[in-house]
Amino acid sequence: MSTDDAHDPKFGEYGGQYVPEALMPAMEELEDAYERYVLENEDGFMDEFRERLADFGGRPTPLQYAEQLSERYDTDVYLKREDLLHGGAHKLNNALGQVLLAKYMGKERIIAETGAGQHGTATAMAAAHLDMPCEIYMGETDIARQRPNVFRMRINGAEVNPVTVGRGTLKEAITETFRDWATTVERTHYVVGSVVGPHPFPKLVRDFQAVISEEAREQAIEQTGGLPDAVVACAGGGSNTMGAFAEFVADESVELHAVEAGGSSLEVDEEEGVAPNSATLSTGDEGVLHGARTKLLQDSDGQIMESHSVSAGLDYAGVGPELAHLVDEGRVTPANVDDDAALEAFHRLSQDEGVIPALETAHAFAYLEERRDDLGDTVVVNVSGRGDKDLETVIEETSERDLDIAPDLSVFERVGGGL
Amino acid sequence: MGLERAFADEPAFVPYLAAGDPTYEASLSYVEALARGGADAIELGLPFSEPMAEGRTIQNAIVRSLDAGMTVERYFEFVADLDVDVPVVCMTYYNLIYQYGGSEAQSASDASGATASKGPRPFVEKAAEVGIEGFVVPDLPAEEAGPLRAACDEFGLDLVFIVAPTTTGERLDRMREQVSGYVYVQARLGVTGAREDVDDATEESLARLADWDVPKAVGFGIKTGDHAARIVGAGADGIIVGSALIDIVAEGHDNGDPAEAVADRLEAKARELKEGALRGESERPQPERT
Repeated sequence: MSTDDAHDPKFGEYGGQYVPEALMPAMEELEDAYERYVLENEDGFMDEFRERLADFGGRPTPLQYAEQLSERYDTDVYLKREDLLHGGAHKLNNALGQVLLAKYMGKERIIAETGAGQHGTATAMAAAHLDMPCEIYMGETDIARQRPNVFRMRINGAEVNPVTVGRGTLKEAITETFRDWATTVERTHYVVGSVVGPHPFPKLVRDFQAVISEEAREQAIEQTGGLPDAVVACAGGGSNTMGAFAEFVADESVELHAVEAGGSSLEVDEEEGVAPNSATLSTGDEGVLHGARTKLLQDSDGQIMESHSVSAGLDYAGVGPELAHLVDEGRVTPANVDDDAALEAFHRLSQDEGVIPALETAHAFAYLEERRDDLGDTVVVNVSGRGDKDLETVIEETSERDLDIAPDLSVFERVGGGL
Repeated sequence: MGLERAFADEPAFVPYLAAGDPTYEASLSYVEALARGGADAIELGLPFSEPMAEGRTIQNAIVRSLDAGMTVERYFEFVADLDVDVPVVCMTYYNLIYQYGGSEAQSASDASGATASKGPRPFVEKAAEVGIEGFVVPDLPAEEAGPLRAACDEFGLDLVFIVAPTTTGERLDRMREQVSGYVYVQARLGVTGAREDVDDATEESLARLADWDVPKAVGFGIKTGDHAARIVGAGADGIIVGSALIDIVAEGHDNGDPAEAVADRLEAKARELKEGALRGESERPQPERT
């Protein structure tokens, strides 16, 4: 467990609790529950959490040596296989932790926001597993582009509430979920999906996700005889990032690389309020959004920009306050790769290693390709999720770009189906 | 001092509109119509793209205003252009207050490589210059309000806090230390939006604040003159009404009605609400005389 002060709502200048007054008592209640159940293991909460992560979730996930990539980069590349966690992504670590915590707190209802649908599906699974009613807010644009995840949430018995304001993506869904919570706070817990939002969410979510680096650190020592030289993870809000980094932060020899979505360009269209990327850590600017002070994509007035990435899960105008702080401190190196590089990396990992990554995850591998052998002798890359949910997007985006590495899909023409 | 004067003689009617909804010019005439209808102070919204404390009605107003080109600079022009003789309170989210002036500092500091200094002071200074007399910032709890409170003190502005039905104990004390002008009593849990009934939570909140020395204005859900009368009858020093007025703006906009007609409707609604508030005061149970 991390050694920082559980009561301190700030990470340097970042963090805090910028929420409507009606939610402040809920923040205090959650802080209290975080301290008692998560930090002090009251009533055996953490024991039950770890047991359920093993039995229901399938932990520990392997740290796998990637033979082809290691040869390609002349570096030992290890994959932390969070894609093998139940549900196909790291998201379950946090969702299961928070739904269980809500139960210990005596809450009767679960709400959550989702962008790509991964957090929504993980929350729906955890809520079904723990027998809690669950409602998920999801932007209408995301509902359209992430249909398989909508099916999964509905099949697990969760209500899916479409959010129609704005561009209908993650930031609108978060705003809408806060609204629901402001009305229902007494009996409802809001399962925030990343290391974002007001204190104590960034710490709570990090601690549930820290199991990734806790395992990876032990596995690396066991398998390689020492610590890795670098850990690489993609970063949207930053929950897999903080999960993969948390237990390595104190190991000063281990470089930590957070790879964001460079989208189609790092240039911002101030007039339209659009940033065609989600590179908050690299290009963002300090401000206050969704309950926390952090780095944001915003215009000069402070209005929040519409972000973009080919990967819905990285498409967010903010980032976790602790990650922003670690970047300012120089402990975490921010980087970004564009949509094209991420798509190429998606195909490369699929073809070379037999692992179809989520498009979010593919950004980490695009960065590995870019840096090749200058990340050290041993590199751990967090495979935050599997790519089944992204196949339609990948086929569409790949055929538009005419990438050399893309598979030939003329098989469909041969049977007369077309794409 | 300051905003308290709006509550001095009789129960106050404090309307809320989003500045620039649906257009700059129409919105100016709407705010002025509310003043003619009896408003004692105006809560004027500066639209923020992520209004986490607002219901759909106000959120849609914010979207219309932003789509019509509202910016922070335009908002200050708007306040300067307003022809009303009642105090104007700026209601907005903290990021807009926090960023103001930061972008100029940024470009000035780019050359030197220094970090831009951000903070509420430049915004408050500019607000004071155009005649704004106070702030309501729904995402700024008392714990984070120190820098804004200091800037308000420096420029002689009030800082209003929202007390929710769930606010008790130490949190109430922290707010009491920092509040000035009036206290915004949130009538019920949830976000803004017009509703029919009066909530028990309102009376309980007013009872908790009975010994505070700032006026208590109740908002969230007030829709009619009768509703206003009941709230004032329960002991409120004023009523804050937003969504019920924005419904009129939205309907006029959707139907393509001329701005004059919408302004007339707003003025009539303002009159109804103000009269309701006055009626509520006369119907209050009188303390027994000895």
